[in-house]
This record gives sequence, C-alpha cells and structure tokens, in this order.
Amino acid sequence: MSTLLTAEYGVENIVKSFGGAKALSGVSLSVKSGEVHCIAGENGSGKSTLIKIMSGVHAPDTGLIRLGDKSFTKLSPREAVHEGVQVIFQDFSLLPNLSVAENIAIPTYISENSRFFSKSKTKEIAANALDLIGVDIDINASVTDISIASKQLIAIARATNQGVKMLFMDEPTTALTRKEIKHLFEVVEQLKERGVATIFVSHKIDEIQEICNTITILRNGEVVADGIMRDFKRDSISEAMTGLNVSETRIAPPLKKASTKVIEVRNLITKPTFLDISFSIAPGEILGITGLLGSGRTELAEAIFGQYPIDSGEVIVEGESIRLNSSPAALKAGIGYVPPDRLTQGLFLEQSILRNLVAVGVDQYQSRGKRLSKKRLAEAGEKWIKDLRIKTKNSLNPVTSLSGGNQQRVVLAKWLAMNPKLMILNGPTVGVDIGSKREILEIIRDRAQEGMGFLVVSDDIPELIQICHRVLVIKNGQISKEFNESELDEEVLYKELS
Amino acid sequence: MDFKKLLRRNETALIIAIVLLSVIIGAKSPEFYSLANLFDIFRSSFVQLLFALGVLVVIISGGIDVSFPVVGIFSGYSAVVLMKHFDWNPGNVSLPIALAIVIGVILGALNSIAIASFGIPTLIATLGTSGIFRGIMLTFIGSSFISDIPAALDKFATADLLKIQPAEGTLARLHVLIIPVVIITILVSLMLNRTMFGRSVYALGGGVEATRRLGISIKRTQAKVYMFVGGISGLAGILYVSLQRKANPYDLYGSELDIIAAVVLGGASIMGGYGTVFGTVLGVLLISLIKGNLILLGVSGSWQRAAIGALLLIGITVQAINESKKAKNRRVSTSDEVAG
Ligand SMILES: Nc1ncnc2c1ncn2[C@@H]1O[C@H](COP(=O)(O)OP(=O)(O)OP(=O)(O)O)[C@@H](O)[C@H]1O
Ligand SMILES: [Mg+2]
Repeated sequence: MSTLLTAEYGVENIVKSFGGAKALSGVSLSVKSGEVHCIAGENGSGKSTLIKIMSGVHAPDTGLIRLGDKSFTKLSPREAVHEGVQVIFQDFSLLPNLSVAENIAIPTYISENSRFFSKSKTKEIAANALDLIGVDIDINASVTDISIASKQLIAIARATNQGVKMLFMDEPTTALTRKEIKHLFEVVEQLKERGVATIFVSHKIDEIQEICNTITILRNGEVVADGIMRDFKRDSISEAMTGLNVSETRIAPPLKKASTKVIEVRNLITKPTFLDISFSIAPGEILGITGLLGSGRTELAEAIFGQYPIDSGEVIVEGESIRLNSSPAALKAGIGYVPPDRLTQGLFLEQSILRNLVAVGVDQYQSRGKRLSKKRLAEAGEKWIKDLRIKTKNSLNPVTSLSGGNQQRVVLAKWLAMNPKLMILNGPTVGVDIGSKREILEIIRDRAQEGMGFLVVSDDIPELIQICHRVLVIKNGQISKEFNESELDEEVLYKELS
Repeated sequence: MDFKKLLRRNETALIIAIVLLSVIIGAKSPEFYSLANLFDIFRSSFVQLLFALGVLVVIISGGIDVSFPVVGIFSGYSAVVLMKHFDWNPGNVSLPIALAIVIGVILGALNSIAIASFGIPTLIATLGTSGIFRGIMLTFIGSSFISDIPAALDKFATADLLKIQPAEGTLARLHVLIIPVVIITILVSLMLNRTMFGRSVYALGGGVEATRRLGISIKRTQAKVYMFVGGISGLAGILYVSLQRKANPYDLYGSELDIIAAVVLGGASIMGGYGTVFGTVLGVLLISLIKGNLILLGVSGSWQRAAIGALLLIGITVQAINESKKAKNRRVSTSDEVAG
C-alpha cells in the first residue's frame, strides 16, 4: 500500500426491503484499502442489493454507509462516484447506443468532473484500460454488436480506471474463461498494490479462495459468518452459505447402450469459425464441449440451433436431416437452446416470472377449445418455481425483481418445460450458487435418464467432469481432442485447453 | 466495405431522396433550378432548422417535446407585445432576440419541472404545458394580430447578405440569417459531440438506469435539455415573427408534425439514444423542399401535410426494420470473438 492512506469502506446495520420482502436485515461489513473482500451467499441472499446500496444505486431503509472518512445515510450514485466508487454490475449496465470507447471512458470524465469531451482522449483512455486488462476489443464498435464476454470485459475495463478507490465486482467472471480470469486477477493484484479496496462476488469458490483476503457470508439477507479467508475451507464456505453439505462428486448416470442417435452433426463448415466438425449424441447422453473464448464453441452451439450461419454440412435429428440456418426449423425438430447471455437474450425482463416460464411451450397449456388454460399455466409455473427453487414471493412479479441467479433459473426452466429431444445448454450453471448448481446438474441427470440428449457448453471443467459422458475440446474451430468417460480428469483437460 | 457502410447510413439515403426529388421537380418546372429558389428554400428552412435542433436534442435524450411551437410563438409574440407596451424601439434586433430567448428558457424550465421533478412522461407533460402556455398567451398576453412590429424586427426581414441578379429571372436574395444559423448548427453539433452534457444526453437516451449508475444526474440533464429546447424555440419564434413581419399568436401551432418528421427522417431514433445534427439538417431541407415545391408538381397544400405525415411513418418504419435487422445480426454475433 503505497500512495493512498489506509481508508475504510463499509456499511453498518443496513436494512432494505422491496415492497414488504426483506432483502437485507441489519448487515454490517467493512473493507480496508488494499484488501479484497469476498461477499458470498446463495442466489437471492442479498449480495447485489448490498453492492447497490454501497454505490448509491438503491437507498437503504435504515443504516449507515461509510466511504473513507465520510458517512452517509443517503447516497446518490453521483456522490459515490466522486468518493472513488466504481462498480462492475452483474448485468454490466452498459449503454448500448454508445461505442465501446465511450462506455469505457465516461466514468473517467465524470470522476474528473470534466465539462468537455474529446474523441482522441476517449480512445486513449479506452485503449489504455483494455490494455491494462490485456484484451483486444475494437473500441470503435457499438456495444450492441459485441459478444457477452466482450461486454463483461468492457464493464471491467470501465470500472478499473485511474480514479477508483473502492471497486465492487459483482460476479465479474461469469462470461469469461480461465485465460481472461487469470488476467483479471493480475489486475486485481495491481489495484491492491495501488491501495484500492475491492469487494468481490462470485459463486466459484476456487476464485474466491485465490483472490480474496477476507470474507462475509450472507444468507437470507443476514451475515452468517465473516472473517479471514484463510480460516475458511471450501466446505465451510458452502456450508455457511446453504446450511447444507454440498458434494461435488460425479453424478453422470450410467449410459444405456442405444443404437439410435438423438443428433448427428456431419462436417459442419463455416470458414473461418469452424472447419469440419462432426459428432453425435445418443439418447440420454450428456456431451460436454469446452474451449477458450474465440475457439468457436459458442458459435457451434448457435449454429446447430440455426442462429449462426453454416456454409456446409448436415444436422440430423433422429434420422432426419433438418434445414440449416433456421431456428424455427431447429425448434420444430426438437432442439432447445439456452443462450449464455441470459440476462439480455433469454428473457422478457419486464414481463412476469410466470409468463416467462411458460413462454416457449405455450401449446401444452391449451385446453380443448384451443384457449390457454390459466389454471394449467399457473400450475406449471408453480411447479417450475418449486423444482428449480426460484426465489420469489409472487410469480406475477416481473423478472427484473429476481436476483441474477434466479433469472438464470427462469430461462433454464422455460426451456426444460418445452421438453426437447436435444437440449443445448450454453453455460448451464453460470451465476448459480453451488447448492443450486448441484440441483440443476441433478435435473439434467434425471432428464438424461429419461432419454433427453444434452449438449453442454461450459468453461467450468469440474462441472463438465461431474455431469458428462464425453467431453470435446474445441480449438481454432476444430475438435482438438475427445475425452471418454474414463479419461475425464481436471488436470488433463486444463492442459488440453491451454 | 466502407462504401457499403456509407450506403446504409441514413444521411446517404436522405441525400439521394433530396437529389431525386429535385430532379423530378426540376424536370417539371425548370425555374426550380434557380438561385432565387435555392435561397428561398434556405430562408424557409431557418426557423424550421432551429426548432429541429431543439427537438433533436430532446429526442436523443429519449423524450419528446410537443410544446416547442407554442413556446416559440409565445416567446416571439410576448417579446413584441412587451416592446410595444414599453415603447422600446432599439436600433437592432438583439433586444427582442434576448427577450424571446429568456421567455423561452423560462417556459422550458416549467417543462423541466413537470418532467424532472414530477416525473410526468415527456409527451404528456409537454402536451399539457403546450395547452397551458397557449391559454395563458391568448388570455393574458394578447390574442390579436400585430402587423406593425418594432421597426428593427421589420427591417431585419429584408436584411440580405447577398443579392444576385441573374441575366434573366428573379433577383436572388440570401438572408443574413444564414450566418448565425450555420454557427448555431455547428455549436449544437459541438455541444452534442464535444461536451459531457451532450454525451450525457445520448447516455440518457440509451438507458436511464445505466446512466444514473454512472453518476450522471438524470434530473439535471433533463432540466438542461428542456431549457435548451425552450431557449432555441424562443429564438426560432422571434425570428419567425421577424421574417413574417407580423406577430400572429395563432401561428406555428400545429407545426410540430413537420419538425418532428424532419428530425426522425434525419435519423434520430424515436426511442432515444441516436441522432445527428447533419441528419437533422438534411431532414429539414427535405421537408422544406416538399412544402415549398410539391406545389410545382401540382400537389395541393392539404396533400403536402399527408405526404409529410406519411414520410414520418416511413421514417419510423425504416428505423424499426433496421432495429430488428440489427437484433438478428446481433444474435448471430453473440459469439465470443475476443482476441486474448
Ligand atoms: N428491484 C427489486 N424489486 C424487488 N425485489 C428485489 C429487487 N432487487 C432484488 N430483489 C430481491 O432481493 C433479494 C436479494 O437479491 P439480490 O439481487 O441482492 O441477490 P444476490 O445475492 O445478488 O443473488 P445472485 O447470486 O442470484 O445474484 C432477492 O430475493 C430479490 O428477489
Ligand atoms: Mg446478484
């Protein structure tokens, strides 16, 4: 800690409710400059709400916010920014109509209190910020046109600017692979050196253990444990979060021999993204696909679902070749696709949770006269809320009222409800807490046992090992290696990836 | 590649439309291609352009203001009434202009209060204030037509920068307003692109919550936006009075269609967040061309209004189509092409 004096940031006795439902009931915590503090907790435990209160986005019902030597009972985002607070929001909170460069540079202008705006300075700030986190994104592109991983990197670059003294990172790694995460952690170390206080939120426990010095664990809006990171073991964190002992052993069901295939993909080519990809999935089989950003794994998933152009090749579902480049055709053939960018792509955010849940398979809920049966809809909705443990008081509330992880579950439920023959899951447990991750994997397992085929695209190697029968590693648009059940091993897979 | 991009730009489409329309009108009536007619188109565009620049800023911010014509005529008419009442007869137009701008800013501030402080949706708020302002003007300030406006204003109507008499045909007069209007246009463009206020206006149009989280004050930005529209509408109003050489409180009312159509055709997104000054200038020229010259093609005045209404709808439809095309492309490119 060189330049900055040691400062403390924190909250005392924060209470916050949303229309009767308590999100936080008397939370206190503090973090010093040069320290990385973890907030852990299940989905809906109040992590994001706490961050929003400390950065002035939400006003607390009661309680005190301390930023350095100033205390606030009421704080605006503007005041927070001027105290050096920057946030990487869970939903990124970028401006879609502005360029990448502007999104990154605007906070710098604001913390400098500038009146004027210069294009060259903006580009310089953005280029430097992206350099700092070691990524190369076209700074002139519009934010609407870029991938979710790039969006997350931009949210990171924007918050790690020169003026930052207190940095909040709300699940900053959900869309990133190991390589970018490693780089991000180097940046966090640099910020630590500079005396920045950091609050880090993640559901990936190894990330927490790697980067954090201290930890606060929330459950249902209350602090259930806090202290020095070293004093917490992996199990004790997850147990404090959930109150349960969560096991991470392999749960893939035994694969029955089957002569048929749910899907066969033959010689898919779209230059330069993929060059000749072929594989097949048997009924009940769970096939994993992994690879680095830019390897083509996401494009492959999208291509099969007709959302990424295919130049040539064949996709055969249950023996019948389907029309390429058409997602209606893919849907009709029985392919479901859960996209990675769930918060912006997978949901009608302003619509009710119930409506979102039943959005895909609407015709299942028709009664005889072709009219939608309200009762059947509500029953199905309630069932999914229970099965996926979606944390909400009322299924008629809009999706925006759910915590990030619970929004993810709504998307997953929506597609499972459609009952496809092949389900493509792109990052099935991204942003989901470890207790529920286990439950989601168990749901996948059960569905597989009933014969549904799964294609799971994920960066989470332990998860792939837990659930998959086979894993393909994609590199530069080609399958670089295939791992059978007996060959699945963390070390080996990581090595193949790098 | 870049040529394709250029073709897809809204401005390019507008230029093509303007050129095509000119060719058609010119083919029918050759007098269209005269310097006098060009200068006339300019003259009829000045006031429109000023209004349009104000509307552009509101539309970018994600709002809409339908009170600007009333604010314009309120300011222009009141300035004239004030000057006559106190018998002010200045030698030049700076006093009435300053008066009208001040009145416009005050009316804009009232809009700001309704929108920023009470959070009333912008269309409803300005629709309401538009009625209130008009009522106040007609009841308390005056409802009669003033034909003997102060001498300075009257003289300004014929203040020409250039007079060119071609070998045959009519005398072409270029009004001196071309200079301040060009300067103001450039200043607005600089304000939008080179100041933090301008970028905050775009940010606001891109997303209220995301903008607030950046530490940009929504209320302050909105307040400034509506005061700016008020001020520039006041200026447009007094210039209108001057160019018309009369102050009629019933004028301008209803002209919001032309202006909003010009701004939307110029590429400003009705949903907020997008729009350029250059596009707006072209939009205004296109509308002026239609209003001033469709008559040469034998299209009657009432049909012109229909044509402009149709153009507004076309503009919005094109925006919607582009939007859904973009959404489609976006889905295809949600791939993760990050170079490490
Ligand atoms: N705007 C809102 N309106 C109503 N309820 C809300 C709102 N924001 C959050 N909540 C509720 O507050 C609780 C805490 O949500 P929060 O987003 O803080 O959870 P979280 O710990 O960040 O979870 P996750 O890991 O899923 O991101 C949840 O029950 C959520 O439904
Ligand atoms: Mg959260």
